[in-house]
Amino acid sequence: MARAITTRRKVTFTIIGWLVGFVIFFPILWTILTSFKTEGEAIASPPHFLFFDWTLQSYFDVQSRSNYFKHVMNSVVISFGSTLIGLAIAIPAAWAMAFSPTKRTKDVLMWMLSTKMLPPVGVLVPIYLLFRDWGLLDTRLGLVIVLTMINLPIIVWMLYTYFKEIPGEILEASRMDGASLAKEIIYVLTPMAVPGIASTLLLNIILAWNEAFWTLNLSAANAAPLTAFIASYSSPEGLFWAKLSAASTLAIAPILILGWFSQRQLVRGLTFGAVK
Amino acid sequence: MATLRTRSAARLMMTPAVLTLFVWMIVPLAMTLYFSLLRYNLLMPGMEEWAGTLNYRYFLTDPAFGAALVNTLLLVGGVLLITIVGGTLLALLLDQPFFGQGIVRLLVIAPFFVMPTVSALVWKNMLMHPVYGIFAWIARLFGLQPVDWLANLPLFSVTMIVAWQWLPFATLILLTALQSLDEEQKEAAEMDGAGPISRFIYIVLPHLARAMTVVVLIETIFLLSVFAEILVTTNGGPGYESTNITYLVYAQALLQFDVGGASAGGIVAVILANIVAIFLIRLIGKNLEA
Amino acid sequence: MGSITLEKVSKSFGTTNVIPEIDLEIADGEFVVFVGPSGCGKSTLLRIIAGLEDVTSGTIRIDGTDATHEAPAKRGLSMVFQSYALYPHMSVYGNIAFPLKMAGEDKSAIDDKVRSAARVLNLTDYLDRKPRQLSGGQRQRVAIGRAIVRQPKAFLFDEPLSNLDAALRVNMRLEISELHHQLKTTMIYVTHDQVEAMTMADKIVVLNAGRIEQVGSPLELYRNPKNLFVAGFIGSPKMNLIDGAAAAREKAATIGVRPEHIVLSKTEGPWQGKVTVVEHLGADTFVHVDVDGVGSVTARAPGEFPVKHGERVFLTPEAEKLYRFAENGEAL
Repeated sequence: MARAITTRRKVTFTIIGWLVGFVIFFPILWTILTSFKTEGEAIASPPHFLFFDWTLQSYFDVQSRSNYFKHVMNSVVISFGSTLIGLAIAIPAAWAMAFSPTKRTKDVLMWMLSTKMLPPVGVLVPIYLLFRDWGLLDTRLGLVIVLTMINLPIIVWMLYTYFKEIPGEILEASRMDGASLAKEIIYVLTPMAVPGIASTLLLNIILAWNEAFWTLNLSAANAAPLTAFIASYSSPEGLFWAKLSAASTLAIAPILILGWFSQRQLVRGLTFGAVK
Repeated sequence: MATLRTRSAARLMMTPAVLTLFVWMIVPLAMTLYFSLLRYNLLMPGMEEWAGTLNYRYFLTDPAFGAALVNTLLLVGGVLLITIVGGTLLALLLDQPFFGQGIVRLLVIAPFFVMPTVSALVWKNMLMHPVYGIFAWIARLFGLQPVDWLANLPLFSVTMIVAWQWLPFATLILLTALQSLDEEQKEAAEMDGAGPISRFIYIVLPHLARAMTVVVLIETIFLLSVFAEILVTTNGGPGYESTNITYLVYAQALLQFDVGGASAGGIVAVILANIVAIFLIRLIGKNLEA
Repeated sequence: MGSITLEKVSKSFGTTNVIPEIDLEIADGEFVVFVGPSGCGKSTLLRIIAGLEDVTSGTIRIDGTDATHEAPAKRGLSMVFQSYALYPHMSVYGNIAFPLKMAGEDKSAIDDKVRSAARVLNLTDYLDRKPRQLSGGQRQRVAIGRAIVRQPKAFLFDEPLSNLDAALRVNMRLEISELHHQLKTTMIYVTHDQVEAMTMADKIVVLNAGRIEQVGSPLELYRNPKNLFVAGFIGSPKMNLIDGAAAAREKAATIGVRPEHIVLSKTEGPWQGKVTVVEHLGADTFVHVDVDGVGSVTARAPGEFPVKHGERVFLTPEAEKLYRFAENGEAL
């Protein structure tokens, strides 16, 4: 079917492709490189690209000056916590919608989607005031609650589209084989849905990790995840570029790697199944 | 296709998700609506009083609102333009076989995974800084006067940053759509005598139209709420030059403590977003039936 | 034991009534085939018996006890699905053992039963494989294995052969028949293929638009179709159904004659016509003839009957094998 592709054509596209890739990736690459510089070299002009004294000093400084690790833990707790709670609520719901649909199922799905489209500023004021009154401002618990709720529609939708692909006959077979509802979910549905659940988990962790409206508005010193911590570098202190770069590199590296693994699922999750 | 037993179990299992989301959506929204009709400032507790539509009149006639509305539209429109055009070109590029294609693909989608505060700060400092930034260095390399991007072209700069973040999203979705195009269709067009350009216009582009619509709508939803990028780069300034609606409401609420005014702004933002959301929901709903 | 009785069973989805009232008796040990065109309600009926669908009204008795509202698992029936519905994440062994595990049997008993079922079905060498590593026929056997280990009161088959290629289908047909002779358990088998129905069934139930058209042994249905629908559905190639003047001569609205009951000749016969298509199958030749004043008629001739497209031939329908149908489609 496929025709031979001329080498010249392939080489041309290789050059263009790598050039474009390099330009788009450059800000990230530059951040990573800068994180290994001293503050002096970080602002050197003309810039030093590869030939400088590589040092890990900035990484140590970030931790010793600001208890960086606490913010990492905040990010981990908030993103994993909200994702796991979201999955616990969403798996049964998606199961029900995929395998026992009613006339209203579609409406429920659409309504869930519409909550996702509510701009956060629409509810910023009451949430802020309620959290203030309930002592949830600047707590991990408060952020876990908010992020669970804002990502729940995406979790339900992603799981729903994955569950839809599991043939109902297999679940019926297990029912014929004597499995109760609980056993049907534990022994048959969940193992088959593991890939779908895993990619939902992954995408949601990424989204929660990078969320930067609620985390900036509802956290201060204590519960601030990395998004909010790094925002503090926007002050004049931000001129410590090497430290900013070190903090940023650590903040984006794990999620970048997760993201690379989940690029396929990303399309599906973010388009609510409209593009597969 | 089920029995009574499974149906009632299903209802039970949907309850937690439906209930929590319902509470999450309705309660705060109702409160916002209520606050928007009050004169209510956190600096003057206990002084709340009925204000009718006063907050709306103030918010809508405030010159800042007009500026923010225009900025929001420019920001959303600019980013959409860049990401759709750029994304299509990138998708076409990544669809060609070349050496190291997989790696380039990873490089191209990487910006999407960078948290907004990081990308905003990296661009602000290390790329756009008028003295030490890479752009300034490049300008000097060509003997040009470096531009102070964020001071002189604040909205354009924010647009660039946000577009860089969303370009991968558009690329990925358009690439996925491109790869789902039936190879035989292209071959049939080729047999019918269509050259590469007419093949693109008559076969590829119509095929991408749906994916493009999805990109436009979903990006719009997110772009209406751009916040962190503005907060850490320009703080909406200078003046209101880079303030969008979201940032304006934030400033009203958490910087001026004007709960009533901010709530009115929030409701306006909800209405604006809903206009887009209606189209998006219809589109996805249609897809659900197919 | 495994007798199943349906009393006044009906089923509606919303406002569409897919099965108006049905009464049916299935005796213990019988091989019953539900046959009909797609959308006739045969699968729905099977799923109602299985308990995967509720009845809208009516009663289902299994061995005399009311099972209408029992959960599927409690009915003591096994089912083989069209897609086989094997558990993809379990090995062949795990698939066959699953119902026993759900019944809470102990490990060694499970092991014995799985291994003996695997022996019967020639699956012993494949016990450690996953379903995706098996061929279609093997998957089918695993699905059957999973059904037989529970020693159910009855087996339900939902178009089990429709995903197999033609050669394998014939093989599996024989295997299932053989299994029935060995186990002597009640089997209910759903298919749209009348050849499967004819070759396997003790009793055929012909369904059309949710109604039972006729119940009987294969040869009863072949010999005495109660109406036009059954006449047209049972038998291959299809019975020739002729209306108009030719039917009026026999005082019927429609007459039917099977291709195998027409004698073809080059010299004489009451019907005369032009050959449109000739299909040589080796053992038989099917000749499609455009008969003057009658229309298109198919006739079966011996394997090497020398006839060509466009030739004129004579046909003689056997008078005693002629079926007559009234205006409403009932046999006269």
